[in-house]
Amino acid sequence: MDNNTKNTGQVDTLVQMRGLRFAYGSRVIIDGMDIDIPRGKVTTIMGPSGTGKTTLLRLIGGQWRPQAGSVHVDGQNVHTVNRRELYRLRKRMGMLFQSGALFTHLSVFENVAFPLREHTRLPEQVIHHLVLMKLQAVGLRGARDLMPTELSGGMARRVALARAIALDPMMIMYDEPFTGQDPITVGVIMQLIRLLNDSLGITSIIVSHDVQEVSAISDKIYMISQGKVVGHGTPHDLGRSPSDWVRQFMNGLPDGPVPFQYPAPGYLDDLFGIA
Amino acid sequence: MNLLALEPQLRRFNWPRDGEIEFDLSDILSIDTAGAWLLFRTAAQLRARGRNVHITGASAEARTLLDLIGAVGLPADVPQAAHMDTLEGIGRATVGRINESLGVLAFVGEAAATAAPLMLRPLRFRWRQVFDELAHAGHRALPIVGLLAFLLGVVIAYQGGAQLRLYGASIFIADLVGVSMVRELAPLITAIIVAGRTGSAYAAQIGTMKVTEEVDALRAIGIAPMELLVLPKLLALVIALPLLTVFADIMGILGGMLMSAAMMGVGFYAFIDRLGYAVTLHSYLLGVGKAPVFAAVIAMVGCYQGFQVTGSAESVGRRTTMSVVQAILLVIIIDAVFSVVFSWFGL
Repeated sequence: MDNNTKNTGQVDTLVQMRGLRFAYGSRVIIDGMDIDIPRGKVTTIMGPSGTGKTTLLRLIGGQWRPQAGSVHVDGQNVHTVNRRELYRLRKRMGMLFQSGALFTHLSVFENVAFPLREHTRLPEQVIHHLVLMKLQAVGLRGARDLMPTELSGGMARRVALARAIALDPMMIMYDEPFTGQDPITVGVIMQLIRLLNDSLGITSIIVSHDVQEVSAISDKIYMISQGKVVGHGTPHDLGRSPSDWVRQFMNGLPDGPVPFQYPAPGYLDDLFGIA
Repeated sequence: MNLLALEPQLRRFNWPRDGEIEFDLSDILSIDTAGAWLLFRTAAQLRARGRNVHITGASAEARTLLDLIGAVGLPADVPQAAHMDTLEGIGRATVGRINESLGVLAFVGEAAATAAPLMLRPLRFRWRQVFDELAHAGHRALPIVGLLAFLLGVVIAYQGGAQLRLYGASIFIADLVGVSMVRELAPLITAIIVAGRTGSAYAAQIGTMKVTEEVDALRAIGIAPMELLVLPKLLALVIALPLLTVFADIMGILGGMLMSAAMMGVGFYAFIDRLGYAVTLHSYLLGVGKAPVFAAVIAMVGCYQGFQVTGSAESVGRRTTMSVVQAILLVIIIDAVFSVVFSWFGL
């Protein structure tokens, strides 16, 4: 796959962000980012907590508006298209939320059927088949009649994934898909992301800080810190990055460019009031 | 021997006047943070007086602990907790209120913008949701609204009756109960019950959906939350509240009528006969006519507060409470405005 892109020279970019800047009040969260998400690949945006990874997904989805810069998805500028176009675009962008965000008053089946019922006029029979196919893909066809409260966290995420692919989107955004899951569930989700990406030709964008999992399934990683891109490339490239910061992050070192100690006055001053 | 006993002893200790000082820890079996701190402080104080201090014989654990205690933090700009003076507090509160008011206006505007195209195509409207909400807000509120209106009628008849009897004007109890219930009290008490019961439920439901990211999920699926979550509630409540008000009218008058019969000897027939003169059609319509306005205010405040929820479950509780307080406040203010306006026009 790597050779392929090298040979053609040109990578087909699905999502293109240029000079993106976003501030929440006076707090700048994203400060001039250029990111290219290649079509049909698994791309991960990685960085410490609170560096605006989830913000980035909301900007791609057009839920929030940047102060400067642009986001183009499949050639369309998300923030200048009209409302109608935006909602049409969103139908083609699946999103997997951290908590799964299943509709608690609907059963598993109805949750997956929801986008189909809302956006299509398919006959009930077809919807039934489509929903069962999507549930089969995530291995939960048997759980169709359960309510979201009866599911474990991992199962809820899988159902949410089935719902996200209900309309066969061109891309899926995963918000921290591995956080707080047991190793088996993590394995299942990793496999599903790769499988859906390759079999359905979906472009995957993952936001995460789980280095091991991400390195294993990503084609490309963008490393962000304090609102800027600090490194990008294949997982292999990043492992050998010259940047101290990237290495501290990839290896999970407690001290380095990101200090262990929060800035403080001299310890002696603080303890005894003597210099 | 603990820190409390050791610390004053060490402070009073007579250190030799000169020469080097050595702390030999080889007999120390174990040392905790407090002990290490005491040792470290003593050494630091002695060093500050220009003495040479050595610590010897420390075990590996003791060494690690002493190093940890002694690790000198980087002197740096310490982030300060933000301090706010009175003037800034007033300013921030003012700006907060203004932003909140603008937020409500924007919310109402967005609701109107979403509703406008749907009015042209009423079949696209989510009627199923409307009927669901109607059952919740209307049908299931009947017992509580009925009971409270009935009791209110009883109280008015009881209190008013005692006064009227003094003047031998007992029959006017029908006027008192009828007009006060139909024009003012039934719409008001119904709106207040519904604000507490349904407005808060709207805020809590939407707020919880925000916390669980369901609202975001709706947007991600390509559905405007306003269309699915707000408009059906708004329409349902605008239909339900006038109907509940009519029900409260009936129950309130029934309460007053029973009380009049039992206490004042005004029979049912006399009461109803008098009621026909006392309560005109227009005071009835003015009473019921206020209900849709109250309903719109309650629904919008409840939904708006629901959407204002951020992050935590604590926020859901706070916004739910705020929705009830604001809705009741607004209902009473609007009722007062209605009274003034009606009297201008001589209604």
